[in-house]
Amino acid sequence: MGTEAYLIVASLLFLIGASGFLLRRNLLVMFMSIELMLNGAALLFVTFARHWNRMDGQIFVFFIIALAAAEAAVGLSILIAIFRLKHRVNADELSELKG
Amino acid sequence: MERLIFYVLATVAVAGALGTVSFKNPLSCALSLVVTFVALSGLYFQNDAPFVGVLQLLVYAGAIMVLVIFVIMLLNLPDVQLEQERVSRQGIPLALFLLGPLGVLVISRLISIELGEKPEVNASFGSAASVGELLFEKYLFQFEIISVVLLVAIVGAVVLAKKRL
Repeated sequence: MGTEAYLIVASLLFLIGASGFLLRRNLLVMFMSIELMLNGAALLFVTFARHWNRMDGQIFVFFIIALAAAEAAVGLSILIAIFRLKHRVNADELSELKG
Repeated sequence: MERLIFYVLATVAVAGALGTVSFKNPLSCALSLVVTFVALSGLYFQNDAPFVGVLQLLVYAGAIMVLVIFVIMLLNLPDVQLEQERVSRQGIPLALFLLGPLGVLVISRLISIELGEKPEVNASFGSAASVGELLFEKYLFQFEIISVVLLVAIVGAVVLAKKRL
């Protein structure tokens, strides 16, 4: 398959993830939408690594996966702390920081 | 044959992504996200990136999703709360404004797609040996930085999730 087909899959994944992040209010689902966006970007990197015949893109995917692991650890522990405080995981009910 | 595999993997990946954002129960979302990750790992293999594909399976579909599912089960959200969730009303115009143009572009390319041929690459492209060589020579400093980031994330996660320090 050519490069363009992969680009369309990657953009679709990013679009679905971004719309899920904007439209859903459950913090867990918003977190998973971020993972979807990251994966769309990672697929772009892999596709262009092959397109230009340079492996630097694959190294970037390695870094993206490591960062996603760090993000998952911190994000989920923030989520647990919020749940312990309010017994809710709805983003709309967390508005104390509003000025 | 290669086309068929691509179509199957791409369809499964996008369907899993749609399931992730549309299921009501977070556990169903997480499981369809696993489906997306497995299909994406197949796409990486198709894309001459076997090392990254294995990494995707091990770290993403394995470790990260186990963590997510573990947290979902730990929170054990009551069904009442899941029923209350509505689509965010401020989010709709924002999503249309930000993502509409990109969506139109993607759909128009999807209709008039030209299936090109696979670009030629070397035999060792994307193998663990060649990726490792690049990682530990050109990107050694970045590799060290990412290990510090992971360490900070571990410490941060423990501090945040602990009841009392």
